[in-house]
Amino acid sequence: MIELTDITRVYHLGETEVRALDGVSARIADGEHVAIMGPSGSGKSTLLNLLGCLDRPTSGSYRLNGQEVASLDDQELTKIRRNEIGFVFQFFHLVPRLTARENVELPLLFAGVPRRERQSASQAALAAVGLATRAEHHPAELSGGERQRVALARATILNPAILLADEPTGNLDSASGRAVLDLLDRLNKDGQTLVVVTHDPKVASRADRILVLIDGRVVREVGGEGINEVMQLLAGEDAT
Amino acid sequence: MSWGELLLFAARAVAGHRLRTGLSLLGVAIGVAAVLLLTALGEGARRYVINQFSSLGTNLIIVVPGHTDTTGEMPGVGGTPHDFTLDDAIAIERQIPQVRRVAPVAVSTVDVSHGQYSRQVALIGTTASYVHMRDIKMERGTFLPKMEFRRGAPMAVLGTTLAHDLFRGADPVGAVVRVGDWRMRIIGVLAKQGTNLGVNLDEIVMVPVATAMRMSNRSSLFRCIVEVRAQADLGEAKRKITALLTERHGELDTTTLTQDAVLSTFSQILQVLTLVVAAIASISLAVAGIGIMNVMLVAVAERTREIGLLMAVGVERRQILATFLAEAAILASAGGLVGIVVGELLVHLMVALYPALPAFAPLWAIAASLAVSLFVGLLFGFLPARRATRLEPVLALRHK
Repeated sequence: MIELTDITRVYHLGETEVRALDGVSARIADGEHVAIMGPSGSGKSTLLNLLGCLDRPTSGSYRLNGQEVASLDDQELTKIRRNEIGFVFQFFHLVPRLTARENVELPLLFAGVPRRERQSASQAALAAVGLATRAEHHPAELSGGERQRVALARATILNPAILLADEPTGNLDSASGRAVLDLLDRLNKDGQTLVVVTHDPKVASRADRILVLIDGRVVREVGGEGINEVMQLLAGEDAT
Repeated sequence: MSWGELLLFAARAVAGHRLRTGLSLLGVAIGVAAVLLLTALGEGARRYVINQFSSLGTNLIIVVPGHTDTTGEMPGVGGTPHDFTLDDAIAIERQIPQVRRVAPVAVSTVDVSHGQYSRQVALIGTTASYVHMRDIKMERGTFLPKMEFRRGAPMAVLGTTLAHDLFRGADPVGAVVRVGDWRMRIIGVLAKQGTNLGVNLDEIVMVPVATAMRMSNRSSLFRCIVEVRAQADLGEAKRKITALLTERHGELDTTTLTQDAVLSTFSQILQVLTLVVAAIASISLAVAGIGIMNVMLVAVAERTREIGLLMAVGVERRQILATFLAEAAILASAGGLVGIVVGELLVHLMVALYPALPAFAPLWAIAASLAVSLFVGLLFGFLPARRATRLEPVLALRHK
């Protein structure tokens, strides 16, 4: 269970103060699939980074499974990232000198998991995303869709409770994007909480719930079927 | 993550940039090779000096007049209250059972002339025993004959160069030369000896010690070389000589030196010199360290997104620090190994070109240069590695 209460995140750019998040409150239940939408600069990625414990709020409370994480120190946040959270990024973030298998094994390697266990886990994770035969290829030898599936296998290898995806299909053609979304849906059905930041209505419409952020505030919460309403709202926002 | 896995992970990162890695490795290699080569030169000089001393024989005690406590000067440099006489030398030979033989030595300079040719050379007065102690070989004729120390005789042995200068190829044995105010018969010519400890034995004239002292009008010896029966007797003989001379003079005004003491002093001086030279050469290792720092700073900048990713997947900051330190350590130690190989090759080349100088890189120098290069790698790798760990994960992930 994720519980955000009155979260603010303020950046200082020289003299200017930027309020990226301005009093966000939200609850995301275990196993829920939530999409976060909003125009550029609305605070979507900032919110996702806070949820992923990559950043701390300036004020407010973030409780993860009942534990207050806003005040945790760096080492404790690292532990939460390792054990509870998986990230999928728009630009994949694969290490170019490592093979697909080694990229997937990266979290296990630093967690001190022995070689054999790493190998069987990475084989299973790559098989689950349909890349069992591409394990020994380097990222440069893989298509965009394949790279994102490798990243997905890496994000799920430690079986995190929460999967956070930032524009996971932003760099993919529609067929590859669909394949990645299907995989995310499947993981969500298997019980993982899924939070996706997206501009794409096709991605958001798959969610149980859509949070719409404008200027660092949650201005609307609708079910996945309410995507058209959200798009009209955002189009109006763009027009202003 | 085990040490092996950490090193493997770091090694692959290093291997990914061959040119960059190669250049920074080269810097360390040059530094290590320089340290090794200069240390080998210093060690070669030390061994050269030791060899020079060893050719003198190791059962010897040298007694010189003067003692730092009585004159306040270096031993052997003037100003003694009592003369160190021929009688003292005779007493040492007769009264100390451990002593096999004694060669008293008197030294001065003198003009030697024959016909129209004349040279000023060193005059060494000594006895027949000298030939056993200084490994003297004759080119022709004989060395000074055995006789009473106190007896003089108008006879001389010439160094080979001096003989040639005075006689221009004619046989000097049996001829008479003028040595100072004396007319002396030449009984022998030394074989070519070269320079030993700064004295050119090819340009000397040797006469019986009593004659030399009379010629220079001195009553004190320059020194006395004592040969003991066995090396084990050195300490005992040295004590007894000191006691005997103290008794005869009423105070301690002579100094006894053994070869190994002189040798170890020289050896220590040269070892310190070697260390100083090695320390100077290791400046180049510091320069190489800056090269490593540069490469590592570039690596951290290039891999900022990778560092962000590692943070996102729950890798601890200290693990990231260890990864980059390991990369620096690999660069430094690989450079160190290459440097050792190159350095050794250069030392061998030098020995082949100049066999007289027994250049040799001692094991401690090899181990130390490897350790120093590793230390330099870790030291200069630390700043970039720490920079990597201080990145904010969100900013690192967004880095272009």
